[in-house]
Amino acid sequence: MDGDLKREIILDNYNSPFHKGLKNENGYKKANTNNESCIDNIDIELKIEEGIVVDANFDGEACAISTSATSIFLRKIIGKTVEEVKELIKNYENLIAEKPYDEELLGELMAYDTIYMQPNRKHCALLPVDTINKILKEEESGD
Amino acid sequence: MIIINREDFPILKNDIIYFDNGATTLKPKCVIEAMNDYYYNYGANIHRGDYKISLEASNAYEEVRNKVAKFIGAKSPNEIVFTSGATDGLNKIVFGFMMNYLNEGDEVLLTKSEHASNVLPWLELAKIKNIKIKYIPLNDNHELTIDNLKDTITKNTKVISVTTITNVVGDVRDINKISKIAHANNIILVVDGAQSVPHMKTDVTLDDIDFLTFSGHKMLGPTGVGVLYGKTEYLEKMAPIEFGGGMNQYFEVTGEVEYKSIPTRFEAGTPPIAEVIGLGKAIEYLESVGMDKIYEYEKELKKYLVSKLEKNPKVILYNKSTDSGVLAFNLEGIFSQDTAIYLDHYNICVRAGNHCAKILKDEINIKNTCRISLYFYNTKEEIDKLIEVLEKSDDLFKVIL
Repeated sequence: MDGDLKREIILDNYNSPFHKGLKNENGYKKANTNNESCIDNIDIELKIEEGIVVDANFDGEACAISTSATSIFLRKIIGKTVEEVKELIKNYENLIAEKPYDEELLGELMAYDTIYMQPNRKHCALLPVDTINKILKEEESGD
Repeated sequence: MIIINREDFPILKNDIIYFDNGATTLKPKCVIEAMNDYYYNYGANIHRGDYKISLEASNAYEEVRNKVAKFIGAKSPNEIVFTSGATDGLNKIVFGFMMNYLNEGDEVLLTKSEHASNVLPWLELAKIKNIKIKYIPLNDNHELTIDNLKDTITKNTKVISVTTITNVVGDVRDINKISKIAHANNIILVVDGAQSVPHMKTDVTLDDIDFLTFSGHKMLGPTGVGVLYGKTEYLEKMAPIEFGGGMNQYFEVTGEVEYKSIPTRFEAGTPPIAEVIGLGKAIEYLESVGMDKIYEYEKELKKYLVSKLEKNPKVILYNKSTDSGVLAFNLEGIFSQDTAIYLDHYNICVRAGNHCAKILKDEINIKNTCRISLYFYNTKEEIDKLIEVLEKSDDLFKVIL
């Protein structure tokens, strides 16, 4: 993926993010991640039915990297099983940490493959997965 | 006319433009060297050993107490307590003094533009003591006015705790007037001087301040050291909140204990000796430049900055009229952190965020801003560079992504 395309993907998702706006309805589980290293503040809600993510939304105020990554992530996980989401998260975390990953699985998320070069922005890129992880953990504990 | 020797600041060699002086300031060589000298040549503990270098360390440490007292116009060095910073000082005042002084139903007046360190200790105390925290309303420019202060005082008001210069809005409060109003109503005045003591002349006697706190690192000094000033009558009534070595006269297994006199009573454990010595050098440096000159120069720099930024239609300014070197801004449609990261690509250091003034968002209806906070070593040339970089910010995302 060349630099221009990456930038385009990030900016498109930043300027017109997918799934922005929470429904706050019954059946959704919500989590907030105040990024501790900076000022991004995002709420994500997931609706999980029989082990499948059937809907996902977010809201909040955050930088271009966090907002776009959240938009792309939510779009990707709808319709996937919790296990598939976990696999995606693992590969994405590996991408940010410069470890081996499955490029095909990540798709558009490959736009963040050079974030490691700006260490102070890794947290921004990881914001959606940190938040989704919180919800999945809560889901597993059966609350 | 101010004389700035930029070569006194070794870090400026790295070609950075440092506009985050509200967070911390750069250190001149003399401060760093004074601390090294202590570690290299007389790095003993104070008030302990009967040997020469311990005495030398004790003298250097106590000499800074005298220096600080003179610097802020205190009547006696015994009114100067070394702390780890302004936060520590405010906590000592709130939990050492106010804990005993205030009773159920008493009111403490703050503003919504205070730093977290002048809000959270009070909120914690309110939980314990059932006192009432009230916020003096700010005017349309988010500034504290004397009329609003007067209107908020009731017969239950016992404390006013405000900062002299707020760290985001940058308004300069008339402490002299506030003090007169406070004392006419038997109210104790606590002043957070973290953003003012480094930038303007402070005189606790002239302004009749009851308690004052500030941090060393925001005034060219090292991190880890700060000052709590309290009038003798109040320090005598203040209880230590930390207990241990250095602050006790004697103690018995039975629990019988006698603490040392003020201010040593409040400095339990080995204090930051090197840092106190460094702070002393920082004060010498500031005095050689001149506090009045620093303040005038910073106001002039801010005017220059505002006049230039106003010409850029993409820039939104939040506090252009306040009389200090603090300016909060955003670029139209850009999240503040993205702006800060863009500027960092040009080695321009600014802070993005809520600047530890989280309740200010209720006032200015905007959560996050970029903040430029100037100091006397900043120059118009540096501002020109910032202006130039902001002018070509149409390609911001090309630069940061």
